[in-house]
Amino acid sequence: MTNTKTVLPTEHCETCPAFTQLEQMGIKVGDFDRVIALAGNPNTGKSTLFNALTGLKQHTGNWPGKTVTRAEGGFEFNKMRYKLVDLPGTYSLLSASQDEEVARDFILFGQPSCTIVVCDATSLERNLNLVLQVMEITEHVVVAINLMDEAKRKGLEVDARSLSRDLGVPAIAITARTGDGIHTLLGAVADVIEGNIVTKPLRVHGTPEFQKAVNELVPMIEQMAPGIPNARWLAIRLLDGDARVQKALSTGELGDIVSRQQRADVQFSGKMSVEGRQ
Amino acid sequence: MEANEILAKAESLRNGLSTGFRDEIVKSLYTEAETIAKRAVKSISDKKYDFDQKIDRLVTSPYAGLPIMLLLLSLIIWLTVSGANVVSGWIAVVLFGIGDYGRALFNQIGAPWWLTGFLWDGVYLGLAWVVSVMLPPMMIFFPAFTFLEDLGYLPRVAFNMDWLFKKTGAHGKQSLTMAMGFGCNAAGVIATRVIDSPRERLIAILTNNFVPCNGRFPTLIMLATVFVAASFPPALTSFIAAGTVVGVVLIGVMFTFLASWILSKTVLKGEASAFTLELPPYRRPNVSRILYTSIIDRTIFVLWRAMQTAAPAGALIWVLANIHLGDSNLARMIADWLNPFGLLLGLDGVILLAYIIAIPANEIVVPTMMMVYMGAGMMINGPTSNSAIFDLLVNGNGWTMLTAVNLMLFALLHNPCATTIMTIYKETKSLKWATLSVVMTLGTAFLVTFLTASIARLLGWA
Repeated sequence: MTNTKTVLPTEHCETCPAFTQLEQMGIKVGDFDRVIALAGNPNTGKSTLFNALTGLKQHTGNWPGKTVTRAEGGFEFNKMRYKLVDLPGTYSLLSASQDEEVARDFILFGQPSCTIVVCDATSLERNLNLVLQVMEITEHVVVAINLMDEAKRKGLEVDARSLSRDLGVPAIAITARTGDGIHTLLGAVADVIEGNIVTKPLRVHGTPEFQKAVNELVPMIEQMAPGIPNARWLAIRLLDGDARVQKALSTGELGDIVSRQQRADVQFSGKMSVEGRQ
Repeated sequence: MEANEILAKAESLRNGLSTGFRDEIVKSLYTEAETIAKRAVKSISDKKYDFDQKIDRLVTSPYAGLPIMLLLLSLIIWLTVSGANVVSGWIAVVLFGIGDYGRALFNQIGAPWWLTGFLWDGVYLGLAWVVSVMLPPMMIFFPAFTFLEDLGYLPRVAFNMDWLFKKTGAHGKQSLTMAMGFGCNAAGVIATRVIDSPRERLIAILTNNFVPCNGRFPTLIMLATVFVAASFPPALTSFIAAGTVVGVVLIGVMFTFLASWILSKTVLKGEASAFTLELPPYRRPNVSRILYTSIIDRTIFVLWRAMQTAAPAGALIWVLANIHLGDSNLARMIADWLNPFGLLLGLDGVILLAYIIAIPANEIVVPTMMMVYMGAGMMINGPTSNSAIFDLLVNGNGWTMLTAVNLMLFALLHNPCATTIMTIYKETKSLKWATLSVVMTLGTAFLVTFLTASIARLLGWA
């Protein structure tokens, strides 16, 4: 791990973004200032990053679909306490299987302060589909390009700056296994949350008539469920005829999900970590 | 604003849109991702995936794929069997030695007989048995299994087995959940969440128990070593024992397919759905993480659970064996009462009693059985060698090869342990499916052992 260097800090370090304190807090996340979600395609190393940050030993394994429940842990970075939620891997936010629903519900309705989308540097194109979809929902997004070591071995060079520019959100190259780039990543996350970095997420708008239809639906949804996050995304899903969202709306389940995801006691339960043992 | 109004509005708006709007959005999403990725990624050499692909061509080839899989499985089981045999003896000597010492100490300080008996011949003996039977195989099996998991081999297994599952109307990812079942069936049941279709997920849940979990492996290993392999020259023992266990596992896989097929033709009708499964790159497993995961998360976790049920079970057996009624005791009487039914299945009353006591955790079947066989208030401790176990079972309690074979089959097929049943109930939220999982497996176990026993007797083998 790079954060165990024994070089003594000088006065310049105070202002240097690289000199920062990361304290792993395991599952002791009683009080926290911010909630961060870890999303990404299956098998991109979310759990490895989760373990590196929290010091927990969430079981990692080299197969897609290993994490089926939500694992939670905490860490302190620059005197701020963070709660980190490791979500099951998902290819899109439109899916039906139960593990992917766990991820979708949390990103949609849990309102994390920031969502880190972990990408596999060796197959970036497929991973970016999810990034684009997450950016539809929230602008508090940081992209972590993981597995940089593997990409290098395969002769691939990934330009994170080009990605940041194109996506409109910070993209940081990391290698979660060794800890490379993790401090830069956390710095970017903090900046996005504090507003030091103003993101301008790239959004795929569709045709003008489609935009008009979306704009007509959004106020109706907001009127029905005041305080609902992501009304725009829901409107798009309704126009698309998403049966799951339609059902959630008519049965009132939507309101339940919103309130459940926002309740702190459900967000952290020790039971999850036991069930997550595999 | 009513939900229905919104839905109606969305409906009418949708009809107003040109027909291709949906494809339009998806297409622009994909083109966007493609352009961005192209701009950001540069290939600086053309070696790419050469090595991975070469290996994959071999391990997922239609001809070599399944044999290689079988070979790896056999290797793991052989390592487990031959390693466990050595370690098991040491652990037994130490633990039973401590038991002797503790009993002597209690006698010396004049503790009442029932206290000494309850603690040392009941609770402690149950614990000692479960640790010496379970710990050695787990210590070897779990690291080996975790190694393959970290390497990235599991998805290749799913790839190789996919066509078989498709034929039975089940989901190809079921092999991933089966692999998890080797560790613990409850974990296997939870792992079925990766299967999208509820129908296929139920099939995977209901059949997961046909994979022998680590609680049942020790039973299989012991029987295979003590009975099947005993008549072979010592040099071959570990191979014959491992081969027998592999055979039992394969019978389990066969029953998984059979049950999946029957389920998808009857109560869970439907076609297998298509899915994409990524083959992740092979990654060099991290040794310290493998050890942590396999020893702390898996071995200690499973062993601790087993010990929690072994202690009260040991106490229960001691109490049952020490309630005297006439010449006999309560444990004996229950076993005698169950005996006719047990014999019908090629087993005996003690084995059935052990299974009933072991409902909370399958791990304690062998320990329970041994304790009942050895009887109440015995001052000698457990047999610490294979030949002593053989002697106790065959000469002392009339076991035959049929008993051993049928017990292996019964261990493989019978109902899930209480933890797994609870997990099935929680995952399906249905009493019906939880009940079916018990009835189906127990019915299969009864039927199969009854048939093998009857055939063996008809042919005069037993």
